[in-house]
Amino acid sequence: MFDAQHSPDHLPNRPGVGYKPQHYTSLIENPGTVGWLEIHAENYMGDGGRPIAQLRQLSERFPISVHGVGLSIGGEGALDADHLARLKHLVDWLNPTVFSEHLAWSTHEGAFLNDLLPLPYTQDTLNRVADHIDLLQETLGRQMMLENPSSYLAFDESTWSEPDFLREVSNRTGCGLLLDVNNVFVSATNLNYDPKQYIADYPLEKVGEIHLGGHDEDEDDHGKPLLIDSHGAPVVDPVWALLDHTLSLSGPRPILIEWDTDVPEWTVLHAEALRADKALSKVMS
Amino acid sequence: MTVTQTTFRDAIFDGAQERPLGLSDAIGQPAGRRFDVYRNNVAVSLSEALATGFPTIAKLLGEENFNAIAGIFLRQFPPTSPMMMHYGADFPTFLESFEPLAHLGYLGDVARLELGLRRSYHAADSTGVAPETLAEIPQDKLVDITANFAPAVSVQRSSWPIHAIWAFNMQDGPKPAAVAQDVLILRPEYDPLPHVLPPGAYECVTALMAGAKLGTAAEFGTEADEGFDLGATLGLLLTGNALTSFDVPS
Repeated sequence: MFDAQHSPDHLPNRPGVGYKPQHYTSLIENPGTVGWLEIHAENYMGDGGRPIAQLRQLSERFPISVHGVGLSIGGEGALDADHLARLKHLVDWLNPTVFSEHLAWSTHEGAFLNDLLPLPYTQDTLNRVADHIDLLQETLGRQMMLENPSSYLAFDESTWSEPDFLREVSNRTGCGLLLDVNNVFVSATNLNYDPKQYIADYPLEKVGEIHLGGHDEDEDDHGKPLLIDSHGAPVVDPVWALLDHTLSLSGPRPILIEWDTDVPEWTVLHAEALRADKALSKVMS
Repeated sequence: MTVTQTTFRDAIFDGAQERPLGLSDAIGQPAGRRFDVYRNNVAVSLSEALATGFPTIAKLLGEENFNAIAGIFLRQFPPTSPMMMHYGADFPTFLESFEPLAHLGYLGDVARLELGLRRSYHAADSTGVAPETLAEIPQDKLVDITANFAPAVSVQRSSWPIHAIWAFNMQDGPKPAAVAQDVLILRPEYDPLPHVLPPGAYECVTALMAGAKLGTAAEFGTEADEGFDLGATLGLLLTGNALTSFDVPS
């Protein structure tokens, strides 16, 4: 349900969920605490059929966040003009509340690798990412939010810290930021830094949305923990604690539960949304 | 040490290749198997996309064989756009040319059928013409009308029992008999379904889709099979919302 208190450019400071078609009926009949939905842009770029029809129905009841997973904003090459046009078409007809994409690359020399691949934080990367975001925002005619990635390794050539890099991109392009708290926890564990320091360095005033999701646990060659962002499990307790810490600094924000593989029954996903609601209520009173 | 995206991509697709230099863990040691997370993510996500898009092929080959074959395909034919709903257009031809599968000659056409169903699922919506529209057209004009088809409709001719193989694997249908089958994909609302076409119907429907007049299309059907039943074929098209309008000559 749209809340008149909220301007059309902002998601409500409520829990949202990543939309999965198997939850359609539950969402229409009784969405419980869920106040908004996020969709992956690329799944709704067909010409018609059930996906588009369901999205039309849902957009009449919920604020929608469109989350791109395929634009390759960090790609060395130019942005794919066809894909940019498809994004514009989707954003034009759906008129979602917000649009977001990733600090990552996925397309190179015409091949799409279907994963969010990492970038060195250098001046070259910064210039390229900023140019791509300028073009995207100009094309869509709206602000976008850029999301921090999960990191499994570091580039020796990097000269910027990730929070500083994101802040600079935002300053240069005027884009907002999306803060994935699970990604912070995964990267901090993998690259051995303090997640609270990362949050302290992150420009929280620019954050329009928070992501939470599950990860898998593995080990590197030296037996050190290697966490892998999977979106296929419940959010772990240390990530909930990091969310509480973040909200205590940022104040309430829209919080998304992402669960993309081994998608659970609605009640399980809704329980995660309820937990996010509880975290929000602690900072809203 | 600059790690270019060409280097990164090549090392992702070729597991035998050295991992790129210039990538480290937290304390400056080479990234090692941390890089393999990306190798694995890319291979698994593309392989899963193929298994989702070609469920009959996945069932026919079994999980292990399918993943091995998908692993070869995805390296030769990675997606050319982020539209994963269209990924695998080259898979039927690949299956046909893949030597170790030469004894399973039907795989390519079954994969084409699954591609057709997927395209139909995402095709533009349209409203089928009301069945009585045909009855309202003056008798003497009927042979000269042409038909406009819904974007979700397609036909496929095969020398293999592709519908039966699909139905046996996906719908608990009876064991396939060794016959050639022509298939018509219809999407009455949102769920595409393949239908076996009787003799003559493929020739007639293909002609109609190409813009032939109804009379001409019917002759194509009768030429192919004396017992061709135009009424039954039109009935199938109309109940499946396959036709969006007729053009009646003035």
